Amino acid sequence: MIFSRRDFFCQGLCLASLAVAGRPGKGRAAALWPGDKIPLREALNWESLPGQRVQCKLCPKECKVDDLERGYCGVRENMGGKYYTHVYAAPCAVHTDPIEKKPLFHFLPGTNAFSIATAGCNMDCAFCQNWEISQTRPEQVQAFYMPPNEVAALARRAKAASIAYTYSEPVVFQEYVYDSAVAGRQLGVHSVMVSNGYILEKPLRDLCGVLDAIKIDLKSFREKYYKEVCAAELKPVLESLEIIRSTGLWLEIVYLMVPTLNDSAGEIEDLCAWVVDKLGPEVPVHFTRFHPMYRLNHLPQTPVSLLERALKIARGHGMKYVYLGNVTGHESESTRCPGCNEIVVRRAGYTILENKIKQGKCFSCGHTIAGVWS
Amino acid sequence: MRRRNFVKSGLLLFAPAATVRTGKAATAGKSGSSRVLLARDSSYTKIGAAPDEKAAGEMLGRLIRELTGALDLAGGWRKILGSCRTVGLKPNCLAGAGVSSSPAFVHALCRQLIDSLPSLNKIIIWERSDSDLRRAGFEIVTSGKVLCFGNDRSGFTRDLVLENSIGSLFSRTVAETCDALINLPVFKDHGIVGVSVGLKNYYGAVNNPNKYHLNRGDPYVADLNAIKLIRDKNVLTLCEGCTAQYEGGPPFKPQGSWPAGLLLASTDPVALDRVAWRMIEQKRKEKGLPTLAEVGREPSYILTAGDSAHKLGLADLTRIEEVRLG
Repeated sequence: MIFSRRDFFCQGLCLASLAVAGRPGKGRAAALWPGDKIPLREALNWESLPGQRVQCKLCPKECKVDDLERGYCGVRENMGGKYYTHVYAAPCAVHTDPIEKKPLFHFLPGTNAFSIATAGCNMDCAFCQNWEISQTRPEQVQAFYMPPNEVAALARRAKAASIAYTYSEPVVFQEYVYDSAVAGRQLGVHSVMVSNGYILEKPLRDLCGVLDAIKIDLKSFREKYYKEVCAAELKPVLESLEIIRSTGLWLEIVYLMVPTLNDSAGEIEDLCAWVVDKLGPEVPVHFTRFHPMYRLNHLPQTPVSLLERALKIARGHGMKYVYLGNVTGHESESTRCPGCNEIVVRRAGYTILENKIKQGKCFSCGHTIAGVWS
Repeated sequence: MRRRNFVKSGLLLFAPAATVRTGKAATAGKSGSSRVLLARDSSYTKIGAAPDEKAAGEMLGRLIRELTGALDLAGGWRKILGSCRTVGLKPNCLAGAGVSSSPAFVHALCRQLIDSLPSLNKIIIWERSDSDLRRAGFEIVTSGKVLCFGNDRSGFTRDLVLENSIGSLFSRTVAETCDALINLPVFKDHGIVGVSVGLKNYYGAVNNPNKYHLNRGDPYVADLNAIKLIRDKNVLTLCEGCTAQYEGGPPFKPQGSWPAGLLLASTDPVALDRVAWRMIEQKRKEKGLPTLAEVGREPSYILTAGDSAHKLGLADLTRIEEVRLG
């Protein structure tokens, strides 16, 4: 399927709006799908079990899936003893965003990321902003046929420096991420993934081989929270963070502070101590503000004072790059040089007002600023 | 507003609810107990075979008369469905022909409903998807008095239903179109939740059933059935057990099935599931298989559905009266 640029952006805008306001419903999908069918593709990372069962080896849930059933993510299905993905080349949200929106503050600031998502997620976070696509099945959302080479070509045409796999959970469309990243690389387009990090080691290492940066949403530093609020586990996410860091891939962390649930000083202390010890003080951490959403409509927004407390704790642990998110205009949106404390990247929301990093170093004192700057 | 006007408008507001009142109470068992009725077709001997429509209709008729105590079939259906205008029938078609609800039985049921209830406007046979229905041998029908289609055709509600462990969009057929629901499960082993009978069959009513298989479906199955849309509308469970499956489900595995030739009926969805679970355990024992608890698949969600928090029915076998019709 070939679209003119105008057609594509028209469609893209419609699709992107789904990430916020889209509703399941088949009628709209039919117009976009050739033959009204989502093409199937055999999934990667699974094993056969007796009796035509399969075991998924993509994420730590390791679902054992009977014939004609799907895994927890809702996008991978056992058909006659073979495991297939329903979301290969089937994004339901497409948009071009500033890379700062991911947020990745230390990766090519001021550039755009051609951002795509499919339906499905391997968690069920009670605060999910994009639950209408992440917590639904592929056939229930309007999808778009976009094979990897087209993703790469469109990203390039949109003058995006990178392709971002984002909005829902790229782990569940790992096959599509991998092939799109390879196609992007051939055209000189980077790839970044915005993920929950709930993935087994092998597929994670495979992805690290073709990606350029990863942002992980670390939901909490307590197993109880992961279990009760996200239907997942903390330990595998921490392991993923260490694996990513060990590969040398650029890594940033977001911690969404949900009032009363994961905002205690003790938990933030533990988190910061772990990050500094296991990942190093140069990994940027973004403490972001929660807005009432999905199943947590009854909670208030995170008070800025709580975010500022986290900022103070993190700096007290020696973390060099700590940001507050969803608090537009806060001084902590900007990057300061750890050597001389000068602002080296000045931001307002997703906008770069000033970038004074010269060849990866502070313009003032020459201190190396960790990140990918060109 | 004057008192007279208020009372008048109040009556008007309550009128629609009264018109769709169904007859759950009329079919309950003795005080403090629940009844599960079982009819058996002894001529059914071939695993996976479709039942005979006439025989299925006769079994169903006997069950309905016994369940309601009505003198005739029409009276029995009136007791169950009251003045319902649109009834939804939820078969289980996941496994395709073999251990799915059979078109023959569902046709027999539709025929009885049409013959018995002239005021019934529509019967909707609904499932997760058109393809599920086709796989089990149903034909998609989108006009007329008896309709048959999947949620992929009707769509889902716009608003998220949030209650206990559930956060889902509901099938519009369930939420907006039907006044009452009749659950038409099969009974079979399930590789994750232990058994799949009536309570779990309503996973087909939501957009995200894949999210509710953790912890053997407990408490998700109970929480889903406790949501008003299901709890209030579900009036009857008719479980087809011509071929039942004790191992290898939910897909059809002839080697794990037996030709039970059964049809079960109850207005207590928990009691029916509990009896089906007992029968599956009994068959597993006969075949030398460990209990579901021993293989880590005890369907504890059935017990949860019967607990004091959910109150969906009785899970205590000592309080369930099994009535076997000859």
